[in-house]
Amino acid sequence: MLPFSFEWVWDLDHMVFMGGLWYALTILGLGMTYCIIKAIVDTVKGKGSH
Amino acid sequence: MDSALIPEGVKRCSFGKFVFWLVVFGAVLLWGIVAMLLCWFKGLNQTNMNDAYGFALWIWADLAIIAIGGGAFFTGLLRYIFGKEELKNIINFAVLLGFICYASALLILAIDIGQPLRGWFIFWHANVHSMLTEVAFCLSCYFAVLTIEYIPLILENRQIDKVPFFHNLSHNMHGIMAIFAATGAFLSFFHQGSLGGVAGVLFGRPFAFREGVFIWPWTFFLFTWSAAASGPCFTILVSWIIEKIARKKLIKQNVIMLLAKIAGWMLATYTIAKIIDTWYWATVTAPAAGHNFMDFYSNNPLYGIWILVLEIVICGVIPSIILITKTGRRYSFLLISAVFLGMLGACVNRWVMVLQVMAVPVLTFESWFMYFPSWQEIATTILPVAGGIMLIMISYRYLPIFPQEREIEEEKHASIFV
Repeated sequence: MLPFSFEWVWDLDHMVFMGGLWYALTILGLGMTYCIIKAIVDTVKGKGSH
Repeated sequence: MDSALIPEGVKRCSFGKFVFWLVVFGAVLLWGIVAMLLCWFKGLNQTNMNDAYGFALWIWADLAIIAIGGGAFFTGLLRYIFGKEELKNIINFAVLLGFICYASALLILAIDIGQPLRGWFIFWHANVHSMLTEVAFCLSCYFAVLTIEYIPLILENRQIDKVPFFHNLSHNMHGIMAIFAATGAFLSFFHQGSLGGVAGVLFGRPFAFREGVFIWPWTFFLFTWSAAASGPCFTILVSWIIEKIARKKLIKQNVIMLLAKIAGWMLATYTIAKIIDTWYWATVTAPAAGHNFMDFYSNNPLYGIWILVLEIVICGVIPSIILITKTGRRYSFLLISAVFLGMLGACVNRWVMVLQVMAVPVLTFESWFMYFPSWQEIATTILPVAGGIMLIMISYRYLPIFPQEREIEEEKHASIFV
């Protein structure tokens, strides 16, 4: 799964498969991180108070 | 009792009635959980799977619910990428159905692998030459996308929304939902396709094997296409069932008509592609492997030519004609019959591509392999259905899954007043 795993091979198959997985996970991770950090900042600024 | 949690301006049944039905479906859920625990603690000997049926009822259920759960990715694609604004009124419900379908698919897979503690092996020790690895990756990631799409709905609950952090989080997630939806569409395209690809690359199984483009057999594209067609059909069908139970309109007719029209054209084009694929397979691919077309539909107690007629004509051609014509869509009976048949067509297609593939003899000394699932397999297949119904009940009661509901009720009251 990771380049430092013993079964990792630097070939096209691994790069396409694992690259796709990490690409999707990165988008989801960064997207959620952005939303959470912005929500904290907005809350501290007093936005969203009813 | 729980009125403070119910969205403002809408009516729900009494708390007692709600709990009663939760208990009823909870009992069914418990039955499934008992069967699931039997499979986990005693092993796959609890099933009727054998050397001929490595894939059985569970994999059919998996493929079928993934196909009909495709409404989430396709509606999301139409709403966020192609800008079909009307669909914002049904996207929440499509996401809920997708979330239920994919959670169910993952649960069934967790039972089917027999040793769930080693489920993570498929990620860590990935076989990068397997279409099923791609399916596992995309399925897990897409379930994460659906969870991300479902979270803002939970945060919009009347009480949760009062907390400023949750209100802001929900607002921010809506702000970049197009990115998540695009990622979801990308993942869905590949896993729906790879599930079809798994059947299509089986060169030792002439009933399933197909030619194709580069590494992808035609079934790769047909599976994605049929999911995009049957997913919206399932969304319309379940929303209609909820409307009947709730005895009120929840989604405006123009939204249903638009989604039905798009589903109709997807189904029509898919059916044409499927007919061409079947014709080429029957006249070229199967004969090249030494089989006659009728070899696959005779000399067995179940699989006759009727199943092909059911899949392509009754569940393909007929609903397509109804859904692409304005007159067909206008009549509620025809519309609902068509979306039911469209959904059934995907389920029948997955059945033949999983179970009939296993049943067909491939060697001259073999005869048809027939199979009937054990009660544990049936109970664990019904388990996610009961769980899904309970989640729909809870979501409908406490979350704004139908944003037009209040407006429709107000219009109804205004018209009565006038």
